[in-house]
Amino acid sequence: MTVSYNFAYLDEQSKKMIRRAILKALAIPGFQVPFGGREMPLPYGWGTGGIQLTASVIGPDDQLKVIDQGSDDTVNAISIKHFFQKTAGIAITEDTETATLIQTRHRIPETPLKKGQILVFQVPIPEPLQFIEPKRPQTLKMHGYEEYGSMHVKLYEDIARFGRIATAFDYPVRVHHRYLMSPSPIPKYDNPKLHRSPAVLLFGAGREKRIYAIPPYTDVVSLDFEDYPFELEHWEGACAVCGSTQSFLDEIITDDNGTRVLICSDTEFCRKNAGSSQP
Amino acid sequence: MTPVADLNPPPLLKVAHLCKFFGRHMGCHDISFEVCPGEVIGVVGESGSGKSTLLNCIAGRIRPSNGSVWFRTPDGMEDLCRCDEARMRRIIRTRTGYVTQHASQGLKMHISAGGNIGEKLMAAGTRHYGKIREAALMWLDKVEIDPGRIDDLPSTFSGGMQQRLQIAANLVTAPEILLMDEPTSGLDVSVQARLIDVLRKLVFSLNLSMILVTHDLAVARLLCHRLYVMKQGEIVESGLSDQILDDPRKPYTQLLVSSVLKP
Repeated sequence: MTVSYNFAYLDEQSKKMIRRAILKALAIPGFQVPFGGREMPLPYGWGTGGIQLTASVIGPDDQLKVIDQGSDDTVNAISIKHFFQKTAGIAITEDTETATLIQTRHRIPETPLKKGQILVFQVPIPEPLQFIEPKRPQTLKMHGYEEYGSMHVKLYEDIARFGRIATAFDYPVRVHHRYLMSPSPIPKYDNPKLHRSPAVLLFGAGREKRIYAIPPYTDVVSLDFEDYPFELEHWEGACAVCGSTQSFLDEIITDDNGTRVLICSDTEFCRKNAGSSQP
Repeated sequence: MTPVADLNPPPLLKVAHLCKFFGRHMGCHDISFEVCPGEVIGVVGESGSGKSTLLNCIAGRIRPSNGSVWFRTPDGMEDLCRCDEARMRRIIRTRTGYVTQHASQGLKMHISAGGNIGEKLMAAGTRHYGKIREAALMWLDKVEIDPGRIDDLPSTFSGGMQQRLQIAANLVTAPEILLMDEPTSGLDVSVQARLIDVLRKLVFSLNLSMILVTHDLAVARLLCHRLYVMKQGEIVESGLSDQILDDPRKPYTQLLVSSVLKP
């Protein structure tokens, strides 16, 4: 006996509810909109928030790309792709340029996004103020009254301890000069890509049941100090596969002697780049 | 005790007919008093007499059932119980400090001493690490903590140091009034003496007002210009500290004063 699901697994009422939350999130950039998160057939922490957003906005003509840590072929990415292939029968792609919908965990593709594309982020902890103020009613008030000064305490602690802002991922940003937002655990290297992005950026936190969004062409500013400005990480060397120096590089240990190589974290970008440099 | 600095300027804080009910239970009832700039007010009484409830109402931490808390701002006197919450929070944040009995409630224990002092500065808009650092070092010195411990966590500090750190963290933005809830309880006597010393110095050098809630009459006598004695949520007697402690008039105050152990 075959079990048939609704298109993209979620029932239409749930999709409607999530789409309403998305519209509200887009209307108030960076504001966390609570939504009635549904049980999905994968564990919390694996992208239940992202998968619900994807299921709600996906259509039969969409080309879906799923990446995990920049890679198209990790278990998590492949499972989510299979899931939508099975339940929605949509086309799967690895090509960032032709994809209309990209679900991501931990990275923004190196290939610049275009108008009309939607990027869905999987978010574990949506509340950037949680480190400073664990009480939810208090953080709501801090957002409401724009009391964000103490967020800098986190950066202060970094400088006091390490001599620089050591926060390397989930680096807090101000969206549209108003709401403080956690950009999900993307490296801070990707923060500038959020700024005035032509694509729609949607963030879904399944366990915490929050949705937030950055509409296209919105200002996104990373927090910093006057005397310790926001800086991007850089690497000594280039990608061992494609030779790129313009992408986020992972350090990979290749043997028991501690030999290390740097390789692009975005596998699709790396493959394309390698192909074009070695015709 | 040194005389009150100046009684002529308008009061900094005016509490009028303040009441707080917790259901059928009365926290405090019909409390009225004024605090002038530079004046130190003590609120004494046994546990459960409504001292802390009163202080929490003034600090905006709980909403009074009735009455007003007028605070002097550059725009005139403002009633914290009537103005909108954002405004109330801004006034409380920038113009008052609040020192709790347990430092772990007033400090962020997972953040270094410097970060704790800097937090209020950053909340007030300072975005220059060097300046924050400088202020933190200066304040550690003022409250007699070794500036070398700026990057240590408060949990590694002794109880007295934590309390002094809490005071520094509150005073860094130059508030006009410091609200203190039993700051010396739980400290041994020599540590208490040092804390009181630091407080006296700061109060006089900064012309700071203070409301000190305590059940320790010795501390009240050392620090306060005026005292209010509370019993079952109401003020039973008020006056100059020495007058109250040397010549108590109401039976309850006489009982309170006579029950202090003398070595």
